[in-house]
Amino acid sequence: MTTTSVSESTPSASASPNVIEVDNLCVSFPGRRGGIARAVDGVNLNVGRGEVVALVGESGCGKTTLARSILGLERPESGEIRFHGLPLNYGAKALKKYRSNVQLVLQDPTGSLNPRHSVYEAVAEGPRTHGMDDEPGRVSRALAQAGLRPPERFFLRYPHELSGGQRQRVVIAGALALEPEVIIADEPVSSLDASVRGEILALMLKLREELEVTLLVVTHDLGLAWNIADRIVVMYLGRVVEEGPTEQVLNDPQHPYTKALLSVVPEMEQVEAIVLTGEAPDPTKIPSGCRFHPRCQKVKDGTAEAAGVLDKCMGTSPLVLPPDATQHVAACHLVTNPPSA
Amino acid sequence: MALLEMRDVHLTYRTDEGPIPAVRGVNLSVDAGEIVGVAGESGCGKSTLVSTVLRLFPKTATVTGEVLVAGEDVLTMKWNRVRAVRWGEAAVVFQGALHSLNPIQKIGKQLVEPILLHDKKSSEQKALKKVRELLAQVGLPARHADAYPHQLSGGQKQRVMIALALTCDPEVLIADEPTTALDVMVQAQILELLTEIARERSMAVVIISHDLSVLATTCDRVAIMYAGRIVEEGVAREVFDYPKHPYTRALTGAFPTIGDPESRYAPSGLAGDPPFPGDLPEGCPFHPRCPDAIDRCKEVDVGLLPAGPARRAACILVNEGVAAS
Repeated sequence: MTTTSVSESTPSASASPNVIEVDNLCVSFPGRRGGIARAVDGVNLNVGRGEVVALVGESGCGKTTLARSILGLERPESGEIRFHGLPLNYGAKALKKYRSNVQLVLQDPTGSLNPRHSVYEAVAEGPRTHGMDDEPGRVSRALAQAGLRPPERFFLRYPHELSGGQRQRVVIAGALALEPEVIIADEPVSSLDASVRGEILALMLKLREELEVTLLVVTHDLGLAWNIADRIVVMYLGRVVEEGPTEQVLNDPQHPYTKALLSVVPEMEQVEAIVLTGEAPDPTKIPSGCRFHPRCQKVKDGTAEAAGVLDKCMGTSPLVLPPDATQHVAACHLVTNPPSA
Repeated sequence: MALLEMRDVHLTYRTDEGPIPAVRGVNLSVDAGEIVGVAGESGCGKSTLVSTVLRLFPKTATVTGEVLVAGEDVLTMKWNRVRAVRWGEAAVVFQGALHSLNPIQKIGKQLVEPILLHDKKSSEQKALKKVRELLAQVGLPARHADAYPHQLSGGQKQRVMIALALTCDPEVLIADEPTTALDVMVQAQILELLTEIARERSMAVVIISHDLSVLATTCDRVAIMYAGRIVEEGVAREVFDYPKHPYTRALTGAFPTIGDPESRYAPSGLAGDPPFPGDLPEGCPFHPRCPDAIDRCKEVDVGLLPAGPARRAACILVNEGVAAS
């Protein structure tokens, strides 16, 4: 463990252009029926300053565990997380400071707001906990930035008096009040109405534009990624199976899993839906070889065998993808990645 | 033949603050083997509309109009007949299904209960046999009859909820937000299952959702609701691809077409909130949020106008050919 705490780090103090680096991270939990659940099983990920990255995959693929680990809420079994090039310091003080820089926005705004706290109290809680000055000013600014104008009109309102979209704006304002560098948003629009969804996504893009906030959005919604993300990282059963610039990944998906995910998006009329059977398998029993092979449509339809890689699919795990922020790469034996990968 | 037919249904909640008209004159008919989608945002009255089919609304509600299930008006029938129609002829897969199962009772027991209640001649044995067949139909192994809800995943629980609605072989099935809170892949599986079952059993199916894209791929026809009324209806794919009402256009725009450069970095939404049903604006209830509103919209509420073959839209501009672009 390094002696320099994260709290002393500033962007200029580090040579790395990345705000967050995840290096070969493994996080596991005791399984429900014995065994060990490898929720995150070797993940590399870099997030650059001001970047919007979408982390996509099914329930149970480890995307939320990865996000929680980046917040310092889960301790890695191995590997590390770096903030501006410095490893995360898990001391209580350092973590507190770190979390004012890296904020979380949760899925369900109704569940994440205390019904008995007014909007002002909800937004002021963060700055108060961190002993920041000019509380009313911070709250006003944060509410205005989140699109609740004029902010004073909302100070004394309670969550039940607000619409779903307004509640999510209050939650986002709560994060903004700390002037964080990074916001991690876990399914930020999935519980909102269709008409409100676009507004909240537009707000997130505006935050990046105006405040240079870095965004990591955890979602299963590929349309959301197309709307706002610079880069997409697709996870399956604890590993990154494909990543790259959004246009490339969504217009020309390489991994069979990404292809399947994309084919079931309701708007994708022109492609035939590849509905995978079953749900994401059990992280306590990760299949040998390529972890996707039991559900893989390319194994099922004989493509893998014809290409002569079936043995590899069954017996050899594809390489763990390197943390490269520019290339489009996929962890599949059928895919030839760019030479640098 | 229409198995479900709603004729000019109004539902008004009486409250201390005055009457709240939640549903304001809805006509909707669903044939055997047909799947009809109802879309709209929170508070537009879509769940209230569902409550009329099984007469599940509270005593504080005043309902007028007719709701015909297989030709019989649910709103005027005697209570013991209502009890037979509930589940026997029309069943609902309720919203929030993941929390609707009793956590301390085995799945099989929960499925047997409605069968025994509705068919006095059935025995527990016969009912259990039927439950196993139902589980197989919804794609679950028969051994799940012995499982408790917490042992199942979200998608599996939703399958159980569908099996539960099918226990008494209804002719009308209503699914209220059947895929909300489910993953994309599981959502696709559940929608595929609902379609299959509707065709196989020639049921009349209504799917309620706030996600128009889900309805566009699954349903034959869709109706879009706003402020207690249908504002557009037609063939599902056509409504989704060529919306005629500005509200429908906003809903379809909310879900981008992946690969379309125009929606890249340009999420589109609709400013403002839906009106409170107890205090609707004058004229067209959508005009305060409408990007195309003209002065006359503040005064006139046109109701549904013909807007092409099997197509109607409640917008003043439909007649003038402006919204038809």
